[in-house]
Amino acid sequence: MSASNLPLFVLAAPLLTAFLVNLFGRLSKSWIAPLAIGCLSVSTILAVIVLGQVMVGGGYTYTVGNWQPPYGIELVIDRLSALMLVVISSVALLATISALKSVFQELPDKEYMFFTLYLIFIAGLFGLVLTGDAFNLYVLLEITSITTYGLIAMGPGRAPLASFNYIIMGSIGACFYLLGVGYLYLMTGSLNMADIANILKTTTGGGAAVATAVAFILVGLWVKMAFFPLHGWLPNGYSLAPTGTAMISAPLMTKVTIYLMIRIMFSVFSIDYLFLHNPLVHQGVVWLATIAIICGSAMALAQTNLKRMLTYIIVAEVGYMVGGVWLANKIGLTGAILHIINDAMMTLCLFLAAAALLYKLGDLEFDNLKGVYRKMPVTMAAFTVGAFSMIGVPPTAGFFSKWYLILGGIEAGQWQYVVALLFSSLVNAVLFFRIIEIGYFLRPGQHHPTEKIAEAPLSMQIPLIVAAALLVIIGFNSGTLVDTISQWAAPLVF
Amino acid sequence: MKLLQERTAKQKLGESLIIQTAVRMLVPFIQLFGLYVIVHGHYSPGGGFQGGVILGASFVVLSLAFDQKFSMHYMSEKTNGIFGNIGALIYTGTAALCAIMGGMFLDYSALDKLIPLGPIEWRSLGIFIVEVGVGLAVMSIMTALFWVLGSKGEMDEGL
Amino acid sequence: MEQFLELVVSKYNYWIYVILMMIGFYAMIGKGNLVKKLIGMNIFQTAIILMFVSAGVKQGAKIPILNKHEVLEHGIDIATIVNPLPHVLMLTAIVVSVSVTGVALAILQRIYREYGTLEEGEILEKLGK
Repeated sequence: MSASNLPLFVLAAPLLTAFLVNLFGRLSKSWIAPLAIGCLSVSTILAVIVLGQVMVGGGYTYTVGNWQPPYGIELVIDRLSALMLVVISSVALLATISALKSVFQELPDKEYMFFTLYLIFIAGLFGLVLTGDAFNLYVLLEITSITTYGLIAMGPGRAPLASFNYIIMGSIGACFYLLGVGYLYLMTGSLNMADIANILKTTTGGGAAVATAVAFILVGLWVKMAFFPLHGWLPNGYSLAPTGTAMISAPLMTKVTIYLMIRIMFSVFSIDYLFLHNPLVHQGVVWLATIAIICGSAMALAQTNLKRMLTYIIVAEVGYMVGGVWLANKIGLTGAILHIINDAMMTLCLFLAAAALLYKLGDLEFDNLKGVYRKMPVTMAAFTVGAFSMIGVPPTAGFFSKWYLILGGIEAGQWQYVVALLFSSLVNAVLFFRIIEIGYFLRPGQHHPTEKIAEAPLSMQIPLIVAAALLVIIGFNSGTLVDTISQWAAPLVF
Repeated sequence: MKLLQERTAKQKLGESLIIQTAVRMLVPFIQLFGLYVIVHGHYSPGGGFQGGVILGASFVVLSLAFDQKFSMHYMSEKTNGIFGNIGALIYTGTAALCAIMGGMFLDYSALDKLIPLGPIEWRSLGIFIVEVGVGLAVMSIMTALFWVLGSKGEMDEGL
Repeated sequence: MEQFLELVVSKYNYWIYVILMMIGFYAMIGKGNLVKKLIGMNIFQTAIILMFVSAGVKQGAKIPILNKHEVLEHGIDIATIVNPLPHVLMLTAIVVSVSVTGVALAILQRIYREYGTLEEGEILEKLGK
């Protein structure tokens, strides 16, 4: 067992287990939990080892089946993708422990199907992070999307309709991406990202075709990440889906797509091409991001359901990161990458808290949350940590990435973006303090006479507490994190 | 056969006698051709996808000419699901086995250490194993798709 | 005008793909019936398949299935065989589109069972009640 195989074992563990879960889960439910948690623990441990390797020895590439690139399929394990592996595997592990309870409650007798799709989804995310091949990226994007369609459609009531909307939107996005890759292939004759980048550097001319490719690929990815005008599928999809689905896809799917955007922008197209060719483009994207942040926050204000409110906050957060990347300076990119990690953790923490609340209360309308701090103190304490991080209160992780995004905005002179970030922070403060007020100060109505402590089961509390603790730990260690990110991610491009 | 006679006696099964007779004669050959396409996939046109679709089509044809219950008598829903999973497991399992044996993922020549046939022979044989896995999975998925969609998820007589 | 016509005629495969794509896009965005949206999605995907496959075409070239002994003796003349890569890519894309269509059809059946209709307007009306 050679050491260089480790990154693929990270991917293979959930993929193999997915089919085992389907086989053995039919026989007995008791197989599902050990299989799912076991394989994700293996992935997490291996991912941490890979990160350690890469931090010491630098990045490397891996050829599947020993067929040499550009003809073979290449996986790129650099520091950024190793970091993403750790983020995905740890988020997935925490979410799974909690999801087991809620899925067993919400989808009786369908657990094995749910977890088959769930594990394939995670394997697809690992693949997305690792792949160095533009067409593979399309296939993996569709693997993650198709599993999400199924996972969302398992929900009750309107969920199938939301899932169908997602199918239509998601297919448009994937087709646009495929078209972009098609144009790139016509221009360069290659599908390997590094190879395409080399060929694009040496060729002159064909500017229109390459520009079309950039436009198609970016719009396709924006649909998949729910960037503001293209976000239509996300709020309904994630709020109507079963809790287990929302817990895994809300923290990961959008963030991984942003990682993909960074990857495509900087490893396929050169920085000069994107930012110097036409300055109007990147300023336009930052403006779009500004609008996304403001609209996402404003729509979040209008919601009266906790889960729906969180989904609109995700839309605003996507605006943060896209804007940060397109600020075209080192600080902005550092902030965006840091925010990918922090936002995955914050969203996870909030959705885990929402899942625990939902498990006990059965409904997340704001009226229903009255007096919930007394009933579920541990859950709400963790929720408060997540909320503070989302607002950007200093000791938590959210503050630091927002700080770097704002610094980047100031350096780039994009004041509208800075204003939007501050506005969004204020709105988040209003949103979360409203919930804290409802939960802490308001008395429950007559039909909720019990004020006994009724916490969610331990298996939902432990991941929640760990996620909240991680937020604070990342917050305190963000100095080292920023140093490493700006040392090895940013110099490659700026 | 007995089942068929019983059910034909009980109710009107399927469309016409000509179609049913033709299908009954054709299905073995369709399946044989499907297997042929799968096992020849690694050195001539064909392969797991195409062969799997042909194998799946044999069950679709059965449920069209007779009804879905009849085709599910020969391959139950559960067996179908198990076949699909085993197919996918063969593929991923082969890949993982190659890595465990010291090669890279899907580098079949590493399997030489397990059964010494020579690395070049293993490259050919490895893709054959993978094609069989793909064929099984595709057959199962095609059949399941038709059954589920054709019976609106009820798994009854179907269309 | 003449130049434009020449452009259209010489690259007619790309024009057909663009037209097909627009038809599919219109159906996905503009149609009220969910099945029509799905059909539009399939047309859209077919258009992309057409684009890739037509990019692999070579005038007068043969299918890329080679005789091992001939290749060993004479080598490969690239001009006589079609580039197989776009076709292989599209095989994968077809599999993806089949799975998306399967999932979408299953979801449509659930929607139909729930609301008794597949017209978007009628469903929204029922939801509004």
